[in-house]
Amino acid sequence: MSLTITEKIFKKHCQVKNISPGNFIEADIDLIMVHEQLGGRINKEYEKLGIDYVWDPNKIFFILDHWVPAPTINAARMHQDCIKFAEKYNFVHNMGINKGICHQVLPELGFSRPGMLIVGSDSHTTTYGAFNCLSTGIGATDVSVVFATGKLWFLVPESIKVELTGRLNKGVMSKDFILTMIGEISTKGALYKALEFHGTGSSWLSIDSRMTIANMVVEAGAKFGIFLPDEKLKLWLRNRTSQTYEFVKPDEKAEYENDLNYDLSSITPVVAKPSNPGNLASIEEVQGEEIDQAFLGSCTNGRMEDLRIAARILKGKKIHPKTRLIITPASREIFMNAMAEGLIEIFLNAGAVVTHSTCGACIGGHLGVLGPDERCISSTNRNFIGRMGDPTSEIFLASPATVAASALKGKISDPREVL
Amino acid sequence: MENIEGTIYILGDDINTDDIVPSYTLTMRDPNEMTKHVLEFIDPDFTQKIAQRSIIIGGYNFGTGSSREEAVNVFKILGIKAIIAKSFSRIYFRNLINNGIAAIKCDWDEALFSDGDQVKISIENGIIFNKSKNLNIQYKKLPQFLKEILESGGILNQLKQKLQSN
Repeated sequence: MSLTITEKIFKKHCQVKNISPGNFIEADIDLIMVHEQLGGRINKEYEKLGIDYVWDPNKIFFILDHWVPAPTINAARMHQDCIKFAEKYNFVHNMGINKGICHQVLPELGFSRPGMLIVGSDSHTTTYGAFNCLSTGIGATDVSVVFATGKLWFLVPESIKVELTGRLNKGVMSKDFILTMIGEISTKGALYKALEFHGTGSSWLSIDSRMTIANMVVEAGAKFGIFLPDEKLKLWLRNRTSQTYEFVKPDEKAEYENDLNYDLSSITPVVAKPSNPGNLASIEEVQGEEIDQAFLGSCTNGRMEDLRIAARILKGKKIHPKTRLIITPASREIFMNAMAEGLIEIFLNAGAVVTHSTCGACIGGHLGVLGPDERCISSTNRNFIGRMGDPTSEIFLASPATVAASALKGKISDPREVL
Repeated sequence: MENIEGTIYILGDDINTDDIVPSYTLTMRDPNEMTKHVLEFIDPDFTQKIAQRSIIIGGYNFGTGSSREEAVNVFKILGIKAIIAKSFSRIYFRNLINNGIAAIKCDWDEALFSDGDQVKISIENGIIFNKSKNLNIQYKKLPQFLKEILESGGILNQLKQKLQSN
């Protein structure tokens, strides 16, 4: 029987012989990622089970990233609760507050490898699909089930094949592609589905670019967003892990519910207007809209290639005097690499605020919260009402290039004009 | 499993977890305090309006967004027993069932439900009886093992029983 990547990985993780979409299975989990939810709801749920162990403390990746360093007493208390739990159950991989954002740090440290089944207490756990593994977000009760048993039930999803051809043009980023796709298929366009990214266009994309796409598939409702493996991935992993792994490719005759085709060379800069990630508009439709803040960072777009393109746009220039530019590298490693390359200096000279790596601004938590009626162009993944602050504030989602170009001009701007 | 009866409250499409639990409330230590802010950006009087209701009717993609289970817990605190929607975001669907709240996927229009209708849901038979309109509405029944989770009052109750019997 011919299988998709999703079906193959599930098959390796359960006792069921014939895997097909629509089946409910119980699968063995290779790794679980938890962040502040540990002290938010997971600890309260886990107590209900009345057990004094977790199934495998070595398969839990624990990091504090949403509110770091703690901006409020309540956040500090939440961290205390998290740490108490991690100590009580002898967690092995405790990342603390200084490594960065979960979805960047976990792959950097080689924890996501081809063929793995990973779950996390965060909806953007789909990011690890860039590394040819199955990964998805779950809530606190499901985390508790995994902590206790190492297993979780899944509905095997139908897969959608996304065939990418062509190369992105100058000033156009993978963020423009994924926003375009979500706009076209809508925020419910891939509900419960696995998106499988194929094609020559996909192998042209850097690992950073693939992570952005896999990160945002959840905004189209997808359960997984998984890339075919290639040499580029092998090279990336060589520097990150000494563990062995096997690439997972779909069978030639694997069955897909649907085929989507995108020529990346035809993608142009776009934004998602408030207040839905599927509210697509071309840069031409929105350019000139005034902004109060530009934000560059998050698990979606705070990586080296994002910072590099922003630095190319900002080098030797000053941002618009009425606009704030806040830059949050996605991890400490990225922060240090950006320093070594001189990017941080470029940002500071341009008038940006560069912050410690955190989810802060993206969730309206700290380090970039929006006030009433403020407008922000942001490289993040969600522009829901009140997401980054006051409910009357507005968020336009865009690529790092568009964010940097807009910060320069004080209004939404086409990055192709400043590159 | 027992039928679920109550008065319905209607919400729209794409109700997201930031709507249900705004991010700034996530660090609040008292879940009851957090519950005061449910859907406040959409309707500041929501918690008062929902006080006598126990069933929510939603549109497409209900619960889209974050995995934050607070967005289910607050409805539990408000006494919600079931959410009927045209479709659910996958994490939210799991979180509802896992917490013992019935998640019912059912395509509907204004002819079937009006705000404030009295309904009775038979999880066993996959039928919603709209008492106010005297209508029987069928939906695709939940798989047996999900019904069992609901019947146990949530997945952790079920798991606890299993762990104790082993």
